[in-house]
Amino acid sequence: MSAHNCETCADRAQLAQMGIDFGRCDHVVALAGNPNTGKSSVFNALTGLRQHVGNWTGKTVTRAEGAFSFGSKRFKLVDLPGTYSLLSASQDEEISRNFLLFGKPDCTVVVTDATALERNLNLVLQVLEITDRAVVCVNLMDEAARKGLEVDVRSLSRDLGVPTVATVARKKQGLRDLVSTVAGVIGGDIRTAPLRLEAPAEVREAISSLVPQIEAIAPGVPNARWIALRLLDGDHRVREALLSGELAALASHQLDHAPAESSRIKAVAGAL
Amino acid sequence: MPASAQAVLDRSDRLRKELGSDFRDRMVTAVYEQARSVVARSVRETAAPKWDFDQRIDRLVTSRWLGLPIMTALLGLVFWVTIIGANAPSQMLANAFFAVEGVGAGWFESLGLPWWLTGIVWHGVFRGLAWVVSVMLPPMAIFFPVFTILEDLGYLPRVAFNLDWLFRRAGAHGKQALTMAMGFGCNAAGITSTRIIDSPRERLLAILTNNFVPCNGRFPTLIMLAVIFVAAAFPPALASIAAAGSVLAVVLLGVAFTLAISWALSRTVLSGEASAFTLELPPYRRPSILRILYTSLIDRTMFVLGRAMLTAAPAGAVIWILANVSAGDSSLADHAIAALGPLGNAIGLDGVILLAYIIAIPANEIVVPTMLMCYLGAGMMMDITGYDAIRAVLVDQHGWTLLTAINLMLFSLLHNPCATTILTIWKETRSGKWTALGGLMPLVIAFVVCFVTAQVGRLLG
Repeated sequence: MSAHNCETCADRAQLAQMGIDFGRCDHVVALAGNPNTGKSSVFNALTGLRQHVGNWTGKTVTRAEGAFSFGSKRFKLVDLPGTYSLLSASQDEEISRNFLLFGKPDCTVVVTDATALERNLNLVLQVLEITDRAVVCVNLMDEAARKGLEVDVRSLSRDLGVPTVATVARKKQGLRDLVSTVAGVIGGDIRTAPLRLEAPAEVREAISSLVPQIEAIAPGVPNARWIALRLLDGDHRVREALLSGELAALASHQLDHAPAESSRIKAVAGAL
Repeated sequence: MPASAQAVLDRSDRLRKELGSDFRDRMVTAVYEQARSVVARSVRETAAPKWDFDQRIDRLVTSRWLGLPIMTALLGLVFWVTIIGANAPSQMLANAFFAVEGVGAGWFESLGLPWWLTGIVWHGVFRGLAWVVSVMLPPMAIFFPVFTILEDLGYLPRVAFNLDWLFRRAGAHGKQALTMAMGFGCNAAGITSTRIIDSPRERLLAILTNNFVPCNGRFPTLIMLAVIFVAAAFPPALASIAAAGSVLAVVLLGVAFTLAISWALSRTVLSGEASAFTLELPPYRRPSILRILYTSLIDRTMFVLGRAMLTAAPAGAVIWILANVSAGDSSLADHAIAALGPLGNAIGLDGVILLAYIIAIPANEIVVPTMLMCYLGAGMMMDITGYDAIRAVLVDQHGWTLLTAINLMLFSLLHNPCATTILTIWKETRSGKWTALGGLMPLVIAFVVCFVTAQVGRLLG
C-alpha cells in the first residue's frame, strides 16, 4: 500500500504518540539511571527546571521533560523513572524501556552512583544491550572521594565502549563535559562500540533463529536481538506485546516514511 | 506469509527448554560478572573508609526496638511544630481578611450596587477564600517544609524498612509505606506514586488504601479539632503537646486502617502473597535549604492552596446562595441541614457537617471553612478569629461535644477521597470497578465507624 496518510507520517506523528511535542528541538536525549544517583539533579542542572529531587527510590514515576541548548543545537531532555533494571514489569521500568526502544532517543545518558558502580553497571549494561548511542555519567564523585574511592573514567570508557564522564551534578561540576560528549555522540564525532554480553554459542544460535521471524512480524523493530533475548528469558510483557500486535504497531511508527527533513531522523537512520 | 506471533513464541519456548532451566541464571550471572570485572579495573580504594556515620544512624533508626518509636516520635514532633506555629499566623490572617471584607462590602454599598451582588462577592466568594487561606496556609507552610526536609534527608526509605514486616503480614507490598508517606502530602500524589510497586495486585491495595492517611487538605481540620477540644482539657503548658498527641493518634489509627483494610482485601477480592523486593537505604544527604523552601512552598503549598482556592471561591458563592435564597419559610441551607440532620445525628455529627462535606467533595480543604460559613449564617459580620472564637461558635452556639469532635476527626480520616483523588484512581487503574470501590469503601467505613463510636459514646454518656 502506498496510500500516504499525512496525519501519521513524519516524526511529528510518531512523537505525538510518545507524548512529546518536539517544538524546535534538534535532538532528544534520554536520562536513565538507578534511583538515588542524582538523576534529577542532572536534569535540573541541565534544563534549569526544578523537578523535585527527593532522596528515595521512586521519586520520579513519570517522565519529566525539559530542554537545553548547546552550541547551535537545542536538545530535549527526557528524565526517565529511576530503575535498577529494565527486565521486570513494574510500570516505571516499562516506561523507561519503552522509551529507550521506541522513543528512539538520539542519545541516552545513564547516570550512575560513583560509590556503588558495580550495582549501577547492571542497568548500564542493559541499556547498552538496547542502544548504541549512550554516555555513562558517573555522578556523586564527591561522595566517592569522601569514601576513599577513586574512579578511573577512562578505564570505564574503554571497557564499556561508550564515553564516560565524571560529574558532581549538585555542584554543577562536569556538566559541560557531559553535554559536549552527548553532542559528540549524536554528531558522530565520537564513535561507540558498546559492550554486549558475550552469549555462548547455543544462545547466539537461538537468537539468530528468532531474529528474522521477529523482524517479519514487527518490521523495523529497533533491536530484534534484544527482543529475542527477552523472549528466550520468558519476559511476559514482551510476549504480550508481540501477541497483541503492540510491538508491531510501535515499530511501524518509526521506520515508515522516514523523511530526511529532520536532522533527528537522519541521526536515527545513521544509527541503524 | 509472515510468521505468526504465536509461532515465534512457540519457537522461543522450545529454544528456552533446549537451553536448559538454568539459562536465565547463567545470563544474569554473566551480566553481574561483566559488571564486576569492569569495576575491578576502574575503581580503586585509596583510603580506608572513614568512620561510617550513615551506618551508625541507620543502626539506630532502623533498629528492631527503637525504629518504630523513633519514627512515631518524629511524626509527633512534626505535628507539634505545626500546631504551635500555626495558631498565631492563622489569627492574623483571619483578622486582616475580615477587615478587608468589611471595607470591600462597605465600598460596594456606597457605590449603590445591589445587596445580592455585595453578598455573593464579599460574604460568599471572598469569605470562602479568606477562610481557606487563613485556616490552611499556616499549617501547610509549616508542615510541608518539615516533611520535605525528612524526605530529602533520606528518611522515607527507613520508614519503609521499619514498616515492611507489617505490610508483608497484611499481604501488601513493603513499598506501600512509601506511597502511604506521599499520601500525607496529597492522596492523589500518593496514588500516582504507587507505580513503583511491581505487582498489580499489591499496587491496587496501595491505591485503594491510600485515602486512609490524612492528606494536607485534612490536617488543618484535625489540628483545629485537636486544639479546640483536646488541648482545651489540658493545662496550657501541656496543651500543644496534647493536641499533637491526638493528631498523632488519629494518624496512627489511619495507618492501622491501611493495614487492616489491606489485610482484608488481600484475603478476599485481591488475594495473594506479598512479593519480595529490594529496598535501597540511600546515604543521608544534607538537604539544600533553598531547594526545600522552593519545593515545599512553591511546588507543594502554593499548588495545594491554589487548588483549594479554586474550589473555595465557587463554594463560597454556593453557600451564600443556599443561605440567602428561601423556599417556603426558611433558606435552602436550612432545608438541606434539616434533611441531613437525622443521618448526621446517627453518626455523631450534624446536618451542617454533612452539608459541608457534600459541598467540599471537589477538595477536602474547604470542609472547615464551609462548615463555619454555614454555622455563622449569612450577612453576619464576623469577628471570628483564632481557635478560641471558633470554639465559642461550635461549643456554645451549636452544641458540639467532645464526641462530635472525635467523630469528625474519624470521619475526616476515613471518609471518601476528594474528586481529584478519585479521578487519579481512575487514571491509574482505568477501571470503573476499582474506582467505585476506592470511592465507596472509605465512605462506608467512615459511616460505620462513626455510627458505632457515636452509639458507644452515648451509651457511656
